[in-house]
Amino acid sequence: MFDDAQLPLVFLGLMGFSVLVYAILDGFDLGVGILLPMDNKQQRDRMVASIGPFWDANETWLVLAVGILLIAFPQAHSLILRELYIPAAFMLIGLIVRGVSFDFRVKAVTRFQRSWDWAFKLGSLFVALSQGYMLGRYVLGFDQQTIAYGFAVLSALGVAAAYTYIGGAWLVMKTAGPLQLRASIWTRRAGWVAAVGIALVSIANVSLSPTVAARWLTMPNAILLFPLPVLSGAIVVFVDYYLRNQPHAEDFGHSLPFFFIALLFSLSFIGLGYSYFPYVVPHVLLATEGASAPVSLRFILTGILIIMPTILLYTAFTYRVFWGKATDLTYH
Amino acid sequence: MESELLNTLALSRIQFAANISFHILFPTITIGLGWLLFYFKLRFEISQHPVWMRIYRFWVKIFALTFAIGVVTGITMSFQFGTNWPGFMEKVGNIAGPLLGYEVMSAFFLEATFLGVMLFGIHRVPSKVHTLATLIVAIGTSLSAFWIIALNSWMHTPAGFVMENGVAMPTDWIAIIFNPSMPYRLGHMMLASFLTASFLIAGVSAYRILKGDLKSAPKLALKQSLPLAAFLIVVQIAVGDMHGINTLKYQPAKIAAMEAVWHTEQGAPLVLFAWPNEDTQRNDYEIAIPYGASLILTHELDGEIQGISSFGEDRPAVKPLFFGFRIMVGTGVLMLVVSWIGVWLLWRRDTLPQWMLKTLVGMTFSGWVATIAGWYVTEIGRQPWLVQGVLKTSDAVTNIASHNVALSLAMYLGVYIILMAAYLHTLFNLARKAVVVDEYETGNLTDVALADAVSKENRHV
Repeated sequence: MFDDAQLPLVFLGLMGFSVLVYAILDGFDLGVGILLPMDNKQQRDRMVASIGPFWDANETWLVLAVGILLIAFPQAHSLILRELYIPAAFMLIGLIVRGVSFDFRVKAVTRFQRSWDWAFKLGSLFVALSQGYMLGRYVLGFDQQTIAYGFAVLSALGVAAAYTYIGGAWLVMKTAGPLQLRASIWTRRAGWVAAVGIALVSIANVSLSPTVAARWLTMPNAILLFPLPVLSGAIVVFVDYYLRNQPHAEDFGHSLPFFFIALLFSLSFIGLGYSYFPYVVPHVLLATEGASAPVSLRFILTGILIIMPTILLYTAFTYRVFWGKATDLTYH
Repeated sequence: MESELLNTLALSRIQFAANISFHILFPTITIGLGWLLFYFKLRFEISQHPVWMRIYRFWVKIFALTFAIGVVTGITMSFQFGTNWPGFMEKVGNIAGPLLGYEVMSAFFLEATFLGVMLFGIHRVPSKVHTLATLIVAIGTSLSAFWIIALNSWMHTPAGFVMENGVAMPTDWIAIIFNPSMPYRLGHMMLASFLTASFLIAGVSAYRILKGDLKSAPKLALKQSLPLAAFLIVVQIAVGDMHGINTLKYQPAKIAAMEAVWHTEQGAPLVLFAWPNEDTQRNDYEIAIPYGASLILTHELDGEIQGISSFGEDRPAVKPLFFGFRIMVGTGVLMLVVSWIGVWLLWRRDTLPQWMLKTLVGMTFSGWVATIAGWYVTEIGRQPWLVQGVLKTSDAVTNIASHNVALSLAMYLGVYIILMAAYLHTLFNLARKAVVVDEYETGNLTDVALADAVSKENRHV
């Protein structure tokens, strides 16, 4: 189906796909965590209920993405995790804390429940910030200059804002009444921060890296790529317009913000992918360098081609089961 | 630099041990408990009796909590290879990678996705679909164990590959997956998991009864779990024996250290207790049964056991293996005695006396003790190798600065201590909350069971 030379690129594509799905899916549940209002327990319960059946599987996409990196590009895996040792450890601690808080917040004795809510909120923020920081370090190929670290900090804030943005939109879709109105305000605020973040990161990306600039700013690429930023901007403006006019009669279009923001994530991702393809570590390592043996890649690819569609099918099944507005969580 | 690397190696090993030890506690429960939940739900489907739903509902909460900790600590594991052991993937990644990949794809997604339906979907899908979701989660956790055990066993008894330019290249995937120690290790671990879950259920049910819970659910749960434990421990001892014989064939140095046989001998004694002395290469304060070790391991009185001294430098430290093995076997024997006495008492008079209930509470986490001790024996027993005969642990470690590893290790340990305290506290808190819940009403059983399933008092419990 693919010849040996194409295999690493196929895996690069699969890894990118997993990262994108992860960013959208865990993005919204991390965002909901960041938004958790400490002044209203009822709203907190409802918000957590809206992500309850999903967060476990959402996080699995991260394991798959890191898994593909490990399996297909072990050299890049070592390189990346060596460079990002401390932020990765922070992210993992954050993931542990927020993951368990989700269960402890309802099961622990009453006097600890509020602490677990804090742990859930701060843990989610921690994860988002460290992922954004790691992304920033990664796209500049772990450049050691001060400005590169500044870029990473910017990226950290941008990613946290973007997760909050899609998390808010998830709540607009999954809740009603006062919480939905509140979520609309949160989403609008996060949207502007995320938009500024994405714009700044894009500008910084082009100005810090000549190769990226060459890909974007030469003719005819510049014209062909023009729709990408324009469409992204249009999405932000449209979502803001929709949310400003909340509530809509009969909850008209309540899922539009979420799906448009998911599209925005995809567009940003395509932008990043276009900037660095076919590098597995930007500026440093090509996908074709240091990939695993073709025999191993083929063995795992067979599985991926059969199992990945199945995963997508049953993921769609669970989203369908829990379709509609969130209700209180009950363990039966 | 030399000592810096040694620090990094030591800290990385401690960190890996801490992470995997903490992680394995939770899957050890959920692998067995997942199937038991399926069994409870199935009994409910068949009988429509509310007591089965009660048992299911109580244990599914504990399953959810345990599963969540297992998932998040498992994510940490998937990063460990890159962060601390780059040499592992560089040398054997062509084999380890696909096995890990299949675990994520065939098991991880399956269990995580259907867990949502299992935990929160009972009102949204037909009851049979919910039972199916419970079954799929159980299958998922077991598949996960299958792939991880396949890789771990391959590291003990590598097969189906050739070395090309210092890198392992797969030649036969069936031989890689079903390597010589894999069936024994998988059986041993699955049984350990079911035993851990059985003693957990028995212990927590006994705790509830001791706290004055007179409802039928904890009593029935106890009556289901204790005979299961009594049966499985016997099977486990037999499988453990076979696993030991397999190890003698492929990793004789590990066996020699476990039994503290310093010098090759025929008719080696079974050392019950001793203080192995690495300096003098003999055992101090030894209490031993003559010919015992040879009899157990070779099934012949004068069978030859190769001694530790014959392996030169390439052999594990004796003390951790010797004592770890005795802790595991000792716990196993305790499980055997307690479960058999318990079953006998249940058979004779249908209830358990206070002292037996208290003993069972004390045995709640006996499965953890035996499992951890057993894993320490097998993993330390492979040292100095990371992959037996292929890659040494010291050649796989990262060259990252040791203070970074110290920092991450300190963070992990801090989080783990808090988590363990919270887990135990919450577990027994859930049990105490369940004590004060009213018994289900009898009447038209089907209606009652359904009403019970949606009863408000249990929301968020």
